Amino acid sequence: MRRAGRGTIENGPAAGDESSAARFRALALPHLDDVYTFACYLLPRKADAEDAVQECYLRALRYFDSFSGTEIRPWLLAILRNVCRSLKSASRSFVSSEPEGAIDAAAEIGPLWSEASETPEDILIRRGNEKALRQLIGNLPPQFREAVVLRDINGLSYREIAQIVDAPIGTVMSRLARARNMLRDAWLTKEGER
Amino acid sequence: MNCEEAKDLIHPLIDGELDASHAGKVEAHIAQCAGCTSELAAFRSLQAGMAAPSLRYRAPGSLRQKIERALPRPAARASRRDLLRGFLSGAGLSAVAASAAFVMLAGSDAGQAILGEVVSAHIRSLEPDHLTDVLSSDRHTVKPWFNGRIDTAPPVIDLAAQGFTLIGGRLDAIGGKTAAAIVYRRRAHIINLFVVAAPAKQRPPAMATLQGFNIRHWSHQGLSLWAVSDMNAAELQEFAEKFEAALRMGT
Repeated sequence: MRRAGRGTIENGPAAGDESSAARFRALALPHLDDVYTFACYLLPRKADAEDAVQECYLRALRYFDSFSGTEIRPWLLAILRNVCRSLKSASRSFVSSEPEGAIDAAAEIGPLWSEASETPEDILIRRGNEKALRQLIGNLPPQFREAVVLRDINGLSYREIAQIVDAPIGTVMSRLARARNMLRDAWLTKEGER
Repeated sequence: MNCEEAKDLIHPLIDGELDASHAGKVEAHIAQCAGCTSELAAFRSLQAGMAAPSLRYRAPGSLRQKIERALPRPAARASRRDLLRGFLSGAGLSAVAASAAFVMLAGSDAGQAILGEVVSAHIRSLEPDHLTDVLSSDRHTVKPWFNGRIDTAPPVIDLAAQGFTLIGGRLDAIGGKTAAAIVYRRRAHIINLFVVAAPAKQRPPAMATLQGFNIRHWSHQGLSLWAVSDMNAAELQEFAEKFEAALRMGT
């Protein structure tokens, strides 16, 4: 599939560079929201998340020749993770928190464990819950947070997550289990506080 | 299998990462263990909660523009050639689809302008509270809502069984005409399906990529349809094909 069809319409002098850049755009840009979402969960401030995503795309373009896989999403997310880690160690002031600011104290928090049929009506009801959930995710230690975000929010497979966080699949599996247990316990505690 | 072992495997089970034989063993244990049954239910609910679209973040338009501008391109604005490259590099596209697209786009600049409008309308719809005017997963609620609001009866199809949840509908404008926008969701990806009455002749289905969004256009019995999403091209194609199949069956 690599560069299939190239040459059929590409016959300008700069075809090589142009078609590589065009291919990068077509492959990488559709994942911008995915990359940004992951960044927002890794970095507490929106401005930092935006900077990280921009740097990620620039690096990805620079190293695009070294991308040989078929799946660009894990490759992009791995680059983003590296960017975020270097940002964090540079600022050394990383505190995990809700990216959009503190949770609205007045927000209703209901049981999360009701029958979740995922209709829009349910989603409206759960809006307050989701805000609380975002905050709880932000409070997870980074290695657990990234596992559960990549799996349940970005929708990646264990194999892809293992590739992104550079760990064996078994490690991903146990981090995910820990993350979900922590989330559940934190939720039950929060519910109990009401 | 005991509870300890089952608890370790509940997560790969709900993630669809177990092979059939292991999945069978875990499910057999859970079926006769109340404790593990409630564990499973709790984690399934948590997972459903995590799939909510509001847990995802949309890249701000300014960030998208910054990145677009930083990427090398021959012209400042999307040229027809850029669009064609999008066609050719899109995943899962056959050469036939690409050449059909060529015919459509080469035919007129209007085609290109419409793509821009479709993407703009999609981006606008993603701003808070712009997505739907009628919010319902029930097609018998969404479909009648369009009555009297638009001069066509847009097809509203329940595709939940095919993995696309109907979210609702709203009115929009494409090519100077009032368009019905029918909104679907798969996982966290929003799909806008724009439907306008089009006297024009049948057009072959075509895929395009613009500003990072994938677009599929086709026509059906006097209707012109545009599906647009940040979902990958193969999945968007799947959406359009399932929609079209259901439409033909008259469901």
